Amino acid sequence: MRVVLAEDLHLLREGLVALLRAHGFEVVAAVESGPELLAALVGERPDVAVVDVRLPPTFTDEGLQAALAARRQVPGLPVLVLSQHVEQLYARELLADGSGGVGYLLKDRVFNGEQFVDAVRRVAAGGTAMDPDVIARLLASNARNEPLGRLTPREREVLELMAEGRSNAAIGQRLFLSDSAVGKHTASIFAKLGLAPSDDDNRRVLAVLAFLNSK
Amino acid sequence: MTSARSTLTALARSTALAGLALAGLAAGLVMLAAVLLTFLVGLVIVFPPAVRLGRAVTRLQRELAARWSGIPIDDPYRPEPPPPVPQADGWYRDGRTLYKRPTVPAFNKRWNWLTKDPATWRDLAYLLSAPLAGGFAAAAPLLATAYGVAWAAGGNPVVGAAWILLAVIGGRWYAPWAVRLHGQVAAALLGPTEKARLAQRVSRLDAARTEAVDSQAAELRRIERDLHDGAQARLVAIGMTIGAAEQLLESDPQAARALLGKAREASATALQEIRRLVRGIHPPVLAERGLGDAVRALALDSPLRTHVTIDLSERASAPLESAAYFAVSELLANAARHGDATEAWVDVSTQGPSLRVTVTDDGHGGADPERGTGLRGIERRLGAFDGVLAVSSPAGGPTTAVIELPRAFRVRPAPLSPWRYLGRLCWALWPIPLFPQGLVAMVLKLMGSPVKSWFLGLRVSEPFQWPVIMGMILLGGGLLAVALATTARTREAEGGACG
Repeated sequence: MRVVLAEDLHLLREGLVALLRAHGFEVVAAVESGPELLAALVGERPDVAVVDVRLPPTFTDEGLQAALAARRQVPGLPVLVLSQHVEQLYARELLADGSGGVGYLLKDRVFNGEQFVDAVRRVAAGGTAMDPDVIARLLASNARNEPLGRLTPREREVLELMAEGRSNAAIGQRLFLSDSAVGKHTASIFAKLGLAPSDDDNRRVLAVLAFLNSK
Repeated sequence: MTSARSTLTALARSTALAGLALAGLAAGLVMLAAVLLTFLVGLVIVFPPAVRLGRAVTRLQRELAARWSGIPIDDPYRPEPPPPVPQADGWYRDGRTLYKRPTVPAFNKRWNWLTKDPATWRDLAYLLSAPLAGGFAAAAPLLATAYGVAWAAGGNPVVGAAWILLAVIGGRWYAPWAVRLHGQVAAALLGPTEKARLAQRVSRLDAARTEAVDSQAAELRRIERDLHDGAQARLVAIGMTIGAAEQLLESDPQAARALLGKAREASATALQEIRRLVRGIHPPVLAERGLGDAVRALALDSPLRTHVTIDLSERASAPLESAAYFAVSELLANAARHGDATEAWVDVSTQGPSLRVTVTDDGHGGADPERGTGLRGIERRLGAFDGVLAVSSPAGGPTTAVIELPRAFRVRPAPLSPWRYLGRLCWALWPIPLFPQGLVAMVLKLMGSPVKSWFLGLRVSEPFQWPVIMGMILLGGGLLAVALATTARTREAEGGACG
């Protein structure tokens, strides 16, 4: 699987390259600035891009802007954005085109190599990987949302994991539930939130995120 | 009916003002006597109470000017000095002298405060001239009536009645005008001078600066403590854990692995702490996107349904954006915490050179800036930028808070309008037709001088000479008039923009 990587901190960039290579990815470009990133994304058309939000030359949200620009040129280009802090605003902008294939994680998540690589794979396959922090803030700002209050604590846990972008199987593994139990919970959640049920994992995640973002 | 009543009110007011002018004169004379006693005899004790009396009368004048004439007059006095503070040894120092009790230093301070304030002497001048400066005008109807009564008493009731009638009928137009005039005179004489206004502004800015510097120092101390007790300590622990793992690597790989896992967890916690700290210092979105998107991000994080309108033409300076951001953050948090609100509206816009932020919520209101420490904090933060916070929160809601930060944006000089070009052209050209071609040529023509030089009026043939000279004078005068008019116009426009 071909990856473009953008990270300005040399040590972290090398670490990420090593991590991805160790898991069988082919790093076709490892760049350190916004303009280089946009060129690499449009030129190389990688299977997935791992992008730091803050990059030279402006050290603002250069990386995010380049990723969004590239997705406008190459619709559905899978992008996983890494940052020192997560913002609902940025998550919304990434999700805005509704096509999936986006991820938004705190940089700390690379500490756990397995989970991080899993997130990269999920994004590459057109899924979503939202940081638990994003989801926590999303739910906190939905604290007064009527239908959410009707969920049982278990359903809420399932909802959180689903919003992070995990498949039914992964959720079952996390919560020690059988596949059919997870299925039952998801059906109940969708009924309570008034969403149309769907069998497709990715579409389901996007529906949940759209619901939470419609505050 | 109402006009009769308003006439009566105005008459009563003008009479009262005339009486007050007399009272003012009395107070002025008392003050003058006190001044003479003080400076000629040295009886300094009588000075402060006399000034106090004078200030009481002028304060009443100011209040009446505001209430009856609709002309608010600010107090021109310097702020009262604080009471003397004893030194560490319990003595009170005043210059080179030490006192056991605070009475004398306190008196000295008050003495300096009263004598060195020009407003004291302006008060005295006003009080002494009060009957002339407005009092007489205000008393005119009363005097006319009294004159009439005197005539009537003197055995001439017809003339007396005519005077009284004149006072009553004339009073209808005259009295309101006299009250207004009195207010204007009071405003001119009792208001603060430009110098006093600047002095007040300087002392206000001084207080705001001290507060800003203090709160900044406290903030830095807090950050230092947080880093010292949090992230720094954790990094030390991580270093030690990794060191221990290194030593165990050969002998007990299992234990080393466990230690490394612990180090990783500790580093994640340290990161979280630093992240929280950074958010409190300068929120990342603010640094990355500016005030508009930072406010949008706040709205997304708020549990209220928040509607945001941003109308900013450019970015303000970073410290100012930060102050505005934290103010919005605090106001939204207040709305969610206390106000029982479900919806909020945030409006951020450029108003000329200033930045205005309005936060409204549909809660039950009752927020009081005097009591809420949060609102006080916002005011303090904004004070460093001359910003103000106005809160309207009637019981039952809605609550609206308006923040205004003046001079948030650079004001570009207005582009030269055609009018201004015309004005400049007129300024440059008007002397040429008026003086050499007009007036000088006229003098030469009158004197019958043979000199023709380059005067057009003397070069053309005889019958056209006078019309050309007169035309030149008219042209020059016209250009000067246009130049003056356009200058006045632009002045007015600029004055409006600055005010």
